[in-house]
Amino acid sequence: MNIENIKSQFPIFSKKINGNSLVYLDSSNSSQKPMCVINRLNDFYKNEFSNIGRSIHSLAVSATNKFEETRMSVKNFINANSKDEIIFTKNATESINLVATTFGQQNIVKGDEILITDLEHHSNYVPWHFLRETRGAIIKFAPINDDGDIIIDELKKLITSKTKIIAVTHISNVTGTIVPIKEIVEIAHKKNIPVLVDGCQAVPHIKVDVTDLDCDFYAFSSHKVYGPTGVGILYAKKKWLEELPPYIGGGAMISEVKKDKIIYAKLPEKYEAGTMPTAEVITFNESIKFMEAIGIDNLMKHEKEIKNYALEKLRTINSVKIIGNPKNKAGVIAFMIQGIHPHDIATILDDDGVAIRAGHHCCQILHAKLNLTATARASIGVYNNKDDIDMLCKAIENCRKIFDLK
Amino acid sequence: MDLKQLYQDIILDHGKSPRNFGKCVGYNSEAKGYNPLCGDLVQIYLKLNVEKKVEDLTFEGNGCAISMASASIMTDLVKGKSCEVAKKIIDAFLKMIKSSTEMKSDDLDDDQKTKIMSLSGVKQFPMRVKCATLSWHTLISAMEEKKEEVNTEVID
Repeated sequence: MNIENIKSQFPIFSKKINGNSLVYLDSSNSSQKPMCVINRLNDFYKNEFSNIGRSIHSLAVSATNKFEETRMSVKNFINANSKDEIIFTKNATESINLVATTFGQQNIVKGDEILITDLEHHSNYVPWHFLRETRGAIIKFAPINDDGDIIIDELKKLITSKTKIIAVTHISNVTGTIVPIKEIVEIAHKKNIPVLVDGCQAVPHIKVDVTDLDCDFYAFSSHKVYGPTGVGILYAKKKWLEELPPYIGGGAMISEVKKDKIIYAKLPEKYEAGTMPTAEVITFNESIKFMEAIGIDNLMKHEKEIKNYALEKLRTINSVKIIGNPKNKAGVIAFMIQGIHPHDIATILDDDGVAIRAGHHCCQILHAKLNLTATARASIGVYNNKDDIDMLCKAIENCRKIFDLK
Repeated sequence: MDLKQLYQDIILDHGKSPRNFGKCVGYNSEAKGYNPLCGDLVQIYLKLNVEKKVEDLTFEGNGCAISMASASIMTDLVKGKSCEVAKKIIDAFLKMIKSSTEMKSDDLDDDQKTKIMSLSGVKQFPMRVKCATLSWHTLISAMEEKKEEVNTEVID
């Protein structure tokens, strides 16, 4: 697949935004969808729709098989050991909540510690906060340095005999920091502490191998990987999924129900109660095929080139300041323009068809640490090219003109 | 109205050099407003005299050009008015910002109306309406001497 022409596979780019071609730089928030994904969803509803599971008619059998094919593809894509280790949820947030709730029920008592970091998205903090409220857990935050890298020595110091789990992002959705997960997992496992990784920003952009990382839990979502909304993925080592209690109760997650006794279903159904986003899960297989057709190495090379070009060009613009300078940085670029509030930047850029995000990006802890209330953020997807970055810079110049900056 | 018109001279002027910025001497009521979505913060200082007239009105805070300009213009317009008139102006402003292009008020002169109407275009950017209304809701809170912080996610 030719990465240079990949934009043509995304129909949204033929639309005009405020009379301008769309320059989409908000992929950290959610990615646009290629035609193959849109067609698959449409096709499934048109020609193949049925719920999965119990029914034994042809459509149901076919849908069930396809649903399981996606599970197999996900397993291979992130190199899990077994397809039973792949649980579908509604989003990555739910995946993390699933772990926090079930792990908390079984393993957290008053005074136990949960170690997270200053980089975390609210979705990898609030679920743990619930355990602080309901079970008296203590949450500790591993600090970052001025570049936006986690200070590993400080993280080590925060581990105590009370630390029950470490939850950490793979890539920051603000600074783009690529966190050395393998190193953190090694540190944690030496003390028998499990590690949950929030992989939302990683799976669409870098090679993720959960067996190599050796993490216990890995959460991500379909919609950031060029797939449909409504699908989250939780990878968990089988021993955890066998050990932990179910999360949501209802149909499909049981094997036998009596008035005095309920036996839960085997994996993975144990964690998939009720009707799942059937069409979306089946469609997600197409997104994985799309990623595989590009080749993760090609994709990484392309995005790195665009990121470096963007950093280089943004640094030449007066008064633009890039937030964070981590050792390894993904294509997530938070920035400030001195004298212009990020919300004004986003509104004015939008007028030129350039879609970025402004705000705290669900990372208020990180913004407080950086002493900022909000930042502007341009984030790169596979469809972005150097023209997009040129348009971004031109729109920033327009913004500076409107604000009469020298 | 297009974007360039929204960010016209008045907004930029007030946004960059807000009037009545800081704590006024002898204020007898204050209120805090917060927009958790973008972190915009405004603190209103109000000095009412015995006849319930706004003798002085200032603000502090940080935020986007729209929120700062809105607060700045508001303090200019409301200063010197009675509480009753101030409330009418606030009502008229909130109506304008949500559904009208015109500022309907018998208590302001044409110049003042033109100034405030420069904010009316914000309704085309629904995500930004709260930036414009934050300080006004906070002023109501100061006038009513409410203790709790105004939060844009809780008010309309």
